[in-house]
Amino acid sequence: MGIETYLEKTPFLPYLDWIVNWGRKYSIWPVTFGLACCALEMIVTSSATWDISRFGSEVFRPSPRQADLMIVAGTLTKKMAPMVKRIYEQMPEPKWVIAYGACACSGGVFKTYSVVQGVDKILPVDFYVPGCPPRPETLLTALVQLQKKIQNETLADRKNVRNSLEMK
Amino acid sequence: MTRPRGGEGMAEINIAVKKVQEKFPDSVLEVKTFRDEVNVTVQRKDIFEICKFLYSDPDLQYQMLADLCGVDYFPQAPRFEVVYLLYSFKNNHRLRVKIKVGEGESVLSVESIWKAADWLEREAYDLFGISFANHPDLRRILLWDGYEGHPLRKDFPVEGPDFDKPFIPEV
Repeated sequence: MGIETYLEKTPFLPYLDWIVNWGRKYSIWPVTFGLACCALEMIVTSSATWDISRFGSEVFRPSPRQADLMIVAGTLTKKMAPMVKRIYEQMPEPKWVIAYGACACSGGVFKTYSVVQGVDKILPVDFYVPGCPPRPETLLTALVQLQKKIQNETLADRKNVRNSLEMK
Repeated sequence: MTRPRGGEGMAEINIAVKKVQEKFPDSVLEVKTFRDEVNVTVQRKDIFEICKFLYSDPDLQYQMLADLCGVDYFPQAPRFEVVYLLYSFKNNHRLRVKIKVGEGESVLSVESIWKAADWLEREAYDLFGISFANHPDLRRILLWDGYEGHPLRKDFPVEGPDFDKPFIPEV
């Protein structure tokens, strides 16, 4: 769909890829999605000692429509799950998800009636950051790895955006 | 453990219990004291009257309902217990009032005495299934609408009955 189908046939694609990915990876804006204790570690990552804005995440956008990364930090309960899914669907393409903390990765210590056993049951996750809570440096590591992942993306992949990002 | 007021502590305890025993002689089932705490078990049918008395009596004035919670003693006969933790600013004294509730029985709500009981009773209803009569808005508070079951009962599995089924949120 769109311009990507024509770009595949041109010799400019690798250079265009490089420029676009350079722009995307050095300006990842997360949406504030702290649910529980890991949220505090995420907030502290944006403070002076572990400054996340030197990696490009200058602002944590409160509105999902202006963000491209969702850091799910904290325990996801079944009551909150529809809201998380709704906010994820409101984010425009391209978007990535980091599951921060043990509870977001797999439910953590809470194998109970009210906790979703991992955010990947409802969203596609790019990086899992284990820990309880993980240190801020670990979040920065995940961010750097995400930058490397974005560098290796290509615009031609975005042809079938709808199909490639379907959850089921 | 220091007791700077000598025997006054014991006198305080006895005043509240003594007054309740005078006014409601058949109601008080059991009085237990543990260190400085006083636990009074009363009949379920008199709980509203007793709470009203404890709230409004000028000597006692238990103006604050600090906590209201449920307990499940599963194999035993009156299965549930509702515990009221009262605090009096005037006397700086806490009192614990307990009632035994059976499986289908309901308790008169004390929401008209202490507004704090509104949400506390909703929590007891949500997690145990103890229903409160005359409550203005008795519905689930912690779990979502349409959830079946009362999780804090002893015969409810910790993982929930549908742990193996896939979870699909309704967006």
